[in-house]
Amino acid sequence: MSRNGPLALAFHALFVTFILAPILVVCFVAFTPEGYLSFPTDRWSLRWFHAIGRYPEFISAFWRSLWLGALSSAIAVAISVPAALAIARYRFPGREVMTTLFMSPLMIPHVVLGIAFLRFFTQIGLGGTFTGLVLAHIVIVLPFALRLTLASAVGLDRSIEHAAVSLGASEWTVLKRITLPLVLPGLVSGWALAFINSFDEVTMTVFIAAPGTETLPVRMFLYIQDNIDPLVTSVSACVIAITVAALVVLDRAYGLERLLVGRNVHGR
Amino acid sequence: MAFLALEGLTRKFGTHLAVDGLSLGVEKGEFVALLGPSGCGKTTTLQMIAGFVEPTSGAIALDGRDLLAVKPAKRGLGIVFQSYALFPHMTVAENVAFGLEMQGVATAERTRRVAETLELVGLGTFAARYPRQMSGGQQQRVALARALVIRPQILLLDEPLSNLDAKLREEMQIELRQIQRSVGTTTILVTHDQGEAMALSDRIAVMNHGKVEQFAPPHEAYERPATPFVASFLGKTNLVGGTTVRPEKISFAASGLAGRVKTRIFQGNHWLYQVDTPSGLVTVIRQNSGETMPGEGETVHLAWGTT
Amino acid sequence: MRAMKAAPYLLSTPALLLFGAIVVVPLAMTVALSFHDWGQYKGIEPVSILKNWHEVFTDSYFLEMFWRTFRIALLVTLLTAVLGVPEAYILNRMRSPWRGIFLLVILGPLLISVVARTLGWALLFGGSSGIVNKALMSMGVISSPLPFMFTETGMVVALAHVLMPYMVLAVWAALQRLDPQIENAAVALGAGPFTVVRRIVLPQIMPGILSGGVIVFALAASAFATPAIIGGRRLKVASTLAYDEFLNTLNWPLGAAVAVLLLLALIAIVVASSRLVEKRYAQVFG
Ligand SMILES: Nc1ncnc2c1ncn2[C@@H]1O[C@H](COP(=O)(O)OP(=O)(O)OP(=O)(O)O)[C@@H](O)[C@H]1O
Ligand SMILES: [Mg+2]
Repeated sequence: MSRNGPLALAFHALFVTFILAPILVVCFVAFTPEGYLSFPTDRWSLRWFHAIGRYPEFISAFWRSLWLGALSSAIAVAISVPAALAIARYRFPGREVMTTLFMSPLMIPHVVLGIAFLRFFTQIGLGGTFTGLVLAHIVIVLPFALRLTLASAVGLDRSIEHAAVSLGASEWTVLKRITLPLVLPGLVSGWALAFINSFDEVTMTVFIAAPGTETLPVRMFLYIQDNIDPLVTSVSACVIAITVAALVVLDRAYGLERLLVGRNVHGR
Repeated sequence: MAFLALEGLTRKFGTHLAVDGLSLGVEKGEFVALLGPSGCGKTTTLQMIAGFVEPTSGAIALDGRDLLAVKPAKRGLGIVFQSYALFPHMTVAENVAFGLEMQGVATAERTRRVAETLELVGLGTFAARYPRQMSGGQQQRVALARALVIRPQILLLDEPLSNLDAKLREEMQIELRQIQRSVGTTTILVTHDQGEAMALSDRIAVMNHGKVEQFAPPHEAYERPATPFVASFLGKTNLVGGTTVRPEKISFAASGLAGRVKTRIFQGNHWLYQVDTPSGLVTVIRQNSGETMPGEGETVHLAWGTT
Repeated sequence: MRAMKAAPYLLSTPALLLFGAIVVVPLAMTVALSFHDWGQYKGIEPVSILKNWHEVFTDSYFLEMFWRTFRIALLVTLLTAVLGVPEAYILNRMRSPWRGIFLLVILGPLLISVVARTLGWALLFGGSSGIVNKALMSMGVISSPLPFMFTETGMVVALAHVLMPYMVLAVWAALQRLDPQIENAAVALGAGPFTVVRRIVLPQIMPGILSGGVIVFALAASAFATPAIIGGRRLKVASTLAYDEFLNTLNWPLGAAVAVLLLLALIAIVVASSRLVEKRYAQVFG
């Protein structure tokens, strides 16, 4: 099956075990029939999945995370498209600085961002509000949206737009009929990657979310800090399942390698 | 005044002069080739005519009107890009119909003209395909159809054949010439392939360093090159005793310039010789007529008519 | 042409406004906050004093905590390199379907919630109820649970797991740029597999390993959820300490000083090491 020797394959097996074990154990423990943390040996049960229904704060946090992710990612993509076009198409003073600024949320520790947002939002009266969460999440997912929109804007052959212009298309028509359709796959993937990152963000959000505006990861984190029981494993299993589903869709639609490595593996 | 007149056209990129005071007059219905080495400013010239690059100075007039005052979208030129620049998300028919749609041509008329033009380029049955489902040569023809269907005043071609293999390129050259003849569109072809330029065009503009060195019919440019650059760019030349002589004009004779055959290469329909002579290395091309030819190391005498 | 000059700025206006208002201003406010005074009863006083900075730099508690943070980050970086580099190489040599499948398996966790992944480690090794511990104890291999929770070892292992995909990704990207013919050329010259890896492959992917290392180090030093869950209240790192100052002690100025120091230290380390990598490899790969 490969050009790897037995030693390499043994290493590979151990490595994959190391990667998957903690994730799988969460999924398995979620099915325990017992009232305490244990591996379901002879019997599987859905009792802890049913139990989630009795904790409305998990349910509402889930919907909030979903909305937050969808909304902030959409706005981030909408903002990234013109910025990506500017960066891809023009050489202008401040271009490097601007790119660095837009990518900076990847470099700045999320704890620092959380603290900065907490201080800022409290000062301007947005402390603990959903609006504050959305603004903060737009900032932290923008680099992901920008990276993919930038990749498709750079990959866009300028002469295709010139061809449309030479055939008499106005600037608006070119944008609507040529440019946007061609960068659309990049936009959709950028949105999806941004969504996943927003949906999983905990470090920054834990600072700015208040009891009424907690996201799912924040709720899970705070719950685990108090005690670890099978309930939080079943919630985690649901989160894992949703992410894996999104991942598979993304892989089919765009190619996970291209998404993460940022390289165009199809075509040149 | 010529149909398309370029007057002192200049374009600077920073301090670099890409196009340097270029003047050229193209007559209606004419097929003109812009020929020159890589980086000599051919694409830049074409882009200035198309309106995607603004000239630093100079003027362009089409049919007596100032073309620079017209927006790129309103110039009504047909352009075939080097990369073809087909719209990948549209079918062949949609690609070709795009320009007509922009002109507001009615649907029935549009369908008819698209079908007609696809027929002209020999792609009548490919209307529903997407560009990526087609070969390079077919894509090239779609690009040509897309440019021709709007009945442009001028057709601009930027190395349209350079991505094709040798055989397909030759076929497309013949086809391109036939189509241009039948439609009669004034055409400017950019190329760095001298064979292509000579095969297709009525006149060749040989460019170097952003300037036109000679603008003449192919035969004239070849036989009477205006500058040493034109001479060397349009085929091989020998510099013997202060005169330039084409290799195929030299023959082996009983007497003349003596020399030793250094290398002999068989190239199918002709032989290529390098002969060591007192006045330097001389290249000789002889047609292959089936006779035995001098071999390497033999002593020969070279003769050529003085014109 | 004037409109053309303004175009890129006009296009970036929304993003610039957002980042100006919601990144630059808050960060500046945080730096200012770190100079403010704070008291149990008086709260935050907007004055400019060096009290917090003095405390952070002189109190051995903070020194130890920063030292621990960077020690952990370094160990995590080493662990991900030692495991991730060979794995990326093995992955790259796999044949078609497996290559894609395992790439997905190894990179996919990058997008799975950090909380869920860390929870997994707590379930495996968490005290006497940890599943591995329980199994090992019932088999009589160990008499008391392996120490994992509240230990640096636990933090390093869990963080290495969380950040491993970044290392594999960086090395994988470097491997993709490699010309496979070069390896064949070395084999044709008589090099054995280990010589090929050591003399041909490794030097070429070194920039990838180092840039992966910089990313992992930066993320490990600023990680929050994993150290908070594994370390609990007992074992603090810079980010969990800042969190405590903010949400438990409510001494925001001190927390801000810790956070700003973490940011500055990280920027210094990342910029310096990137420069070093660039300088070292500029001639070869520039
Ligand atoms: N946008 C640009 N910015 C800076 N320099 C440019 C730009 N476009 C072209 N040039 C320079 O201008 C000169 C002419 O370029 P042009 O593309 O017209 O050459 P060309 O004759 O078409 O060459 P080729 O045969 O390689 O296509 C080159 O030296 C090129 O580097
Ligand atoms: Mg060109």
